[in-house]
Amino acid sequence: METTAEPAVHMSGIVKDFPGVRALDGAGLRLRPGEVHALLGENGAGKSTLIKVLTGVHRPESGEIRVAGERVEISGPLDAERRGIATVYQEVNLCPNLSVAENILLGREPRGRFGISQRRMNRRAAELAAGMDLDLDVTRALGDHSIAVQQLVSILRAVDLQARVLVLDEPTSSLDRDEVRILFDLVERLRSRGVAILFVTHFLDQVYELCQRMTVLRNGGLVGEFATAEVGQRELIGHMLGEQAGELDRLEASAGDDPPDAGAAPFLRARGLGRSGGIAPYDLDVAPGRITGLAGLLGSGRTEAVRLLFGADRPDTGGVEVDGRPVPLRTPRAPIAAGLAYCSEDRKSEGLVAELSIADNLMLAMQAARGWLRPVPAKTRAELVERYIAALRIRPAAPETPVGALSGGNQQKVLLGRWLIMQPRLLILDEPTRGIDIGAKAEVQRLVAAQSRQGTAVLFVSSELEEVLRLSHRVVVLRDRRVISELDNDGGLDTDRVLAEIAEGGGR
Amino acid sequence: MTPPSTLPALSAAVSRSRDLLEGRRRFIPVSMAGLVLVLVFVVGSLRYSGFLDPQVVLNLAVNNSFLIVLAVGVTFVILAGGIDLSTGAVLALSTMICAWLLREGWPPLLVIPAALLAGTAIGLAQGCIIHFYGVQPFIATLGGMFFARGLCFVISTESIPISDPLFSALAQTRVPVLPGGASLSLGAVIALAVAGAAAYVLHRTRFGRSVYAVGGSESSALLMGLAVGRVKVGVYTLSGFCAALGGVLYTLYIASGNGLHGLGMELDAIAAVVIGGTLLTGGFGYVLGSVIGVLTLGAIQAILVFEGTLSSWWTRIVAGTLLFAFILLQRALAPRAAR
Repeated sequence: METTAEPAVHMSGIVKDFPGVRALDGAGLRLRPGEVHALLGENGAGKSTLIKVLTGVHRPESGEIRVAGERVEISGPLDAERRGIATVYQEVNLCPNLSVAENILLGREPRGRFGISQRRMNRRAAELAAGMDLDLDVTRALGDHSIAVQQLVSILRAVDLQARVLVLDEPTSSLDRDEVRILFDLVERLRSRGVAILFVTHFLDQVYELCQRMTVLRNGGLVGEFATAEVGQRELIGHMLGEQAGELDRLEASAGDDPPDAGAAPFLRARGLGRSGGIAPYDLDVAPGRITGLAGLLGSGRTEAVRLLFGADRPDTGGVEVDGRPVPLRTPRAPIAAGLAYCSEDRKSEGLVAELSIADNLMLAMQAARGWLRPVPAKTRAELVERYIAALRIRPAAPETPVGALSGGNQQKVLLGRWLIMQPRLLILDEPTRGIDIGAKAEVQRLVAAQSRQGTAVLFVSSELEEVLRLSHRVVVLRDRRVISELDNDGGLDTDRVLAEIAEGGGR
Repeated sequence: MTPPSTLPALSAAVSRSRDLLEGRRRFIPVSMAGLVLVLVFVVGSLRYSGFLDPQVVLNLAVNNSFLIVLAVGVTFVILAGGIDLSTGAVLALSTMICAWLLREGWPPLLVIPAALLAGTAIGLAQGCIIHFYGVQPFIATLGGMFFARGLCFVISTESIPISDPLFSALAQTRVPVLPGGASLSLGAVIALAVAGAAAYVLHRTRFGRSVYAVGGSESSALLMGLAVGRVKVGVYTLSGFCAALGGVLYTLYIASGNGLHGLGMELDAIAAVVIGGTLLTGGFGYVLGSVIGVLTLGAIQAILVFEGTLSSWWTRIVAGTLLFAFILLQRALAPRAAR
């Protein structure tokens, strides 16, 4: 797949400073027409900063950007768009209240004799969609469509802009397998037309499936450019992590070491717990010191199931017993008092307070449990904060750093630490490793395994099946908002087996 | 268990009909508003003979022409995700400027543009404060409301009567619309024309579509390269202009300028917009709905007039109930809560 054509984009020697940190230090990339190019690196490696320099959101301190061979200064997102660089962001940046057609064409609306013609707009949008083999009702409001379709619509917008360069910033992080397939088909189609595509993702499998070349960044610097076919996954991870690559190997063994103590009495017992529109009634036993994984596709009801346990949503049917005593589930208060802790999937909006410091965020749950009239003594507080920052290896280790300034992985660790301080008896983790880099992922997994060895029961929800299988003693499989089976992870269980289970719908 | 052959067909049919409903969901609130208006008329005509007399119906527009114009302006603001509390006060200021300048001997054909200019300027200033300084629309327009209301009393603390012949002539001009002799006032014709023009702007111009886009998601609109600043300043300027025009119509209607005119009318306008099915959070709604909302409030008032014995405050009670009903309806239809 070697092309000799002039790079569509050539960035070199890019330096970008933020107050106190050098985010990019000599980073760069070469993007050729007709290739899908992966931009890889840990969180904090400088991927998003480099993209933002390319799309004109940030101005670099020094360095050179060439678009189609010509040296340019990109003054803003609009300027980038004019130069044929279109971006599809991780969070869809379109208007949910407008029709699909308008979202594609807004700003370049076809006009009729009496101003903007909705009819022509719909026709033009339908043609664009049909040209990409997408079956899509362009007259419906964008918000009526799934996130996947919304991503496709923002790509269609780029197609209509006749973009020569398309930047996809983690477009697949909230899509399920079929949706990813449709997206990839579209990307492949654009590639074959000669569009240069920059693909940012955490999913290495997708890199190998879709990309011809990749650029790896580490600590703001350029590690190198590689052809996908010539570098294996292990080697790639080595490039991304530098010396810490052994981390994952060490972890592989962590959960399996522990013989599950099958005889222990369940700590928590849920019977017929369900909520209409959320999850069909299900039973669940959780024993101390064991990790129970929840596996299933996106939208299979994993989050809904654990939210019921914690009283975050109100169940319609059934109830929960802790140590044989029923726990009222109207609000999370009683479950918290019973020793449950819930790390939310959405750490930005439901978990952390970005403006508060690491210390404040760590102490939040404990302080709330004590009541505001009995403040935690300053000395205890300082000790606890120091202990957990060290145990969780939160970086930077300064307790007064605002949480908003941390990387995604470190934010997740703060959230985890907040609940660990409470010494919970059941820790519910909803997607604790989503959107964080491999090193941080390994650390979070290590912490979870360590916590369970100390006797804490853990409920672990994750979209990554490998991760669920690596950590869990027992796996609960969900599909279409129902629990379809429970499998013991006794060594014989692998991803294929669980996928088959999901595909068969539990064989019922 | 259901036989497997019928089940897919059934579920396909169900999902098809749900799709149809979903795709057209944005039209439900405005259709409901129309239904409520028809319902009020049905109730009225059953109880009182003469309620459906063409002139009675047309008088709804005549007696509320100024409120229609106000509501049209406020519709733009609410669609763009803002709020305007200054419209009642700007209306009063507009009546005051008209009456005062006429008393000072200005020619009427200069007086009206002056009043319109003043309201537009206040709207422009509010828009700039909101956009460039990031002030909450609620606070900025609350300030505008105090400012305009205060300015009225600087001009005069007393009511100023109007005796200008051109104004009286304009006020008495009737435009026949139906063969039976039923007619609209000039004010009502202007109000309906303003509503029509607004609908054109909202649906057929880039400014109008950008209003919807900004109301749907301001940050997205910015990234899509739309002129967000122009839209935000524009809607408040437009609302100021509409409030001033409403003031001119009110002056024709009531033939005086008074700092106490239009007290609380900004809230009536907002109520009419919401009853007309526009979502207070922005992005969803139609000018037609706002006109329907004003006419609904007017029709309820007409019923009370026909009833004769009820206190006019019952209008407020019914309007309040309707508001609650519509807010609940919107809640139920709201697009899937952000995940």
